Amino acid sequence: MASTTQQIQTPPGRRFRPRSTGRAGDRIFLGLSRGSGILLLVIMASIAVFLSYRAAIAISKDEGNFLTTFDWNPAGDPPVFGIAVLLFGTVVSSVIAMVIAVPVAVGIALFISHYAPRKLAGAIAYVIDLLAAVPSIVYGIWGALVLVPYLEGLNLWLDQFFGWTYVFEKTEIGVARSLFTVGILLAVMILPIVTSVSREVFLQVPRMNEEAALALGATRWEVIRLSVLPFGRSGVISASMLGLGRALGETMAVATVLSPNFLISLHVLNPGGGTFAQNIAAKFGEADAFGRDALIASGLVLFVLTLLVNGAARLIIARRKEYSGANA
Amino acid sequence: MAKRIDVSGLSAYYGSHKAIDDISMTVEPRSVTAFIGPSGCGKSTFLRTLNRMHEVTPGGRVEGKVLLDDENLYGAGVDPVAVRRTVGMVFQRPNPFPTMSIFDNVAAGLRLNGSYRKSALNDIVEKSLRGANLWNEVKDRLNKPGSGLSGGQQQRLCIARAIAVEPDVLLMDEPCSALDPISTLAIEDLVGELKERFTIVIVTHNMQQAARVSDRTAFFNLAAVGKPGKLIEIDETERIFSNPSVQATEDYISGRFG
Repeated sequence: MASTTQQIQTPPGRRFRPRSTGRAGDRIFLGLSRGSGILLLVIMASIAVFLSYRAAIAISKDEGNFLTTFDWNPAGDPPVFGIAVLLFGTVVSSVIAMVIAVPVAVGIALFISHYAPRKLAGAIAYVIDLLAAVPSIVYGIWGALVLVPYLEGLNLWLDQFFGWTYVFEKTEIGVARSLFTVGILLAVMILPIVTSVSREVFLQVPRMNEEAALALGATRWEVIRLSVLPFGRSGVISASMLGLGRALGETMAVATVLSPNFLISLHVLNPGGGTFAQNIAAKFGEADAFGRDALIASGLVLFVLTLLVNGAARLIIARRKEYSGANA
Repeated sequence: MAKRIDVSGLSAYYGSHKAIDDISMTVEPRSVTAFIGPSGCGKSTFLRTLNRMHEVTPGGRVEGKVLLDDENLYGAGVDPVAVRRTVGMVFQRPNPFPTMSIFDNVAAGLRLNGSYRKSALNDIVEKSLRGANLWNEVKDRLNKPGSGLSGGQQQRLCIARAIAVEPDVLLMDEPCSALDPISTLAIEDLVGELKERFTIVIVTHNMQQAARVSDRTAFFNLAAVGKPGKLIEIDETERIFSNPSVQATEDYISGRFG
């Protein structure tokens, strides 16, 4: 941009040259902002290159199929390791977290933005934001010491009444160190981010959109259905994706709660399973150089997974653009 | 069907601030009544008390009586939601539901009131769009979003949405202030047609518009900034614009303010 501005400068001899691009403040700010932009790209690119390079070393020596193997033994002879279980566990626990957290978060956000008296709304919003300040290791300890024992009753109940769904059938005995418990814990952890982003979006619904519904004789819920939710839709999707990003990458809390194994089971109440981040945290310390490369390869898959999720979210938002509140 | 509005001793507040003071007037059915007056005189606030929209504003509160035929809108046990289903409103800026198609915009109020068969819904939507003089322009793109229309078309879409539920009264809050002169003319013509079926109250800053569209005109004024607005007089439009009975009205319409 700057170079084109310079090319169309006034011809020499004119007394008043456009000086605004030449002022020190402009130059410094341009340099800073451009530098930050470039820095971001450089960081992203170097992470991608680092992950790909180290992953390629590991995958080329993998004697199993990296994508389908149900095992993680890079130190073995021959080395055999694959991400199937980790991918499955990451996706399943995150999906459980989303299914629980998003409706609750949207409900809390609507309560804060449209139902609660102003003072109460402020207090609730503050408490919700406070949840985000709890370190994830604390969530992990709480999950292991409180959630796991308390969930055993719920697990029995689910198994008894919903065991026929297969998903909630508990076929193995053991404490609730399962993907289901991890999902619930992740739901609590992503609740604040999804709630606060949704709340901000709901508060931005133009007054005139809500009055349009009110004037037609809409009840409060109908106003929300006609005006608030359609306007907030893409914002809620973005909020959910932020939450999903956190759920996919959560490490310490998952590692503290889950008792990992290398089996894939849709019985989500059974203890076992694993996630990318949990597996890396559990094995990185003891791994040799090659083992670390193998773990980095699994990290690369998580990186790609997160990119895909974000891309999908953008597609969903873009597809609805014609109908979005933005062009009102 | 069109009903008479009878207001007596009505005051409206924003928190502790009194916005309008002790207004009484009668609005005849099947007629157009225009509210004119300087900014801040409370004419929009008064309009919003007629369908209980004023109390939606935080701190909004109303004293007095509004009779729709013989029913007090502020009587005990009256549901404001039910009031708004019989007293429709069109706003200053066109506000179609941005995420809805043209068809769904018009059908929105009907769907709130109950379920209709598809064919009945089609008929009412067509009738309402014809009633709003918009049918010919949008009949081929009923499934396109309402926010894709021009400003004037959007405002007529909002009118179609308001009349689709067959309200008793139609309130219009400066419906042309965001529109160009041609769209304004289209809306004014429409108001003339709609008064055959509805009781219409229109707030306007444009005195020519009040003179063109209304049968009766009410002039509001306020003593000073921060003081509540008052109804100065209401009379036949012709009389207001030719020979008003209060000096302040004459000063205002002839451009000598205050």
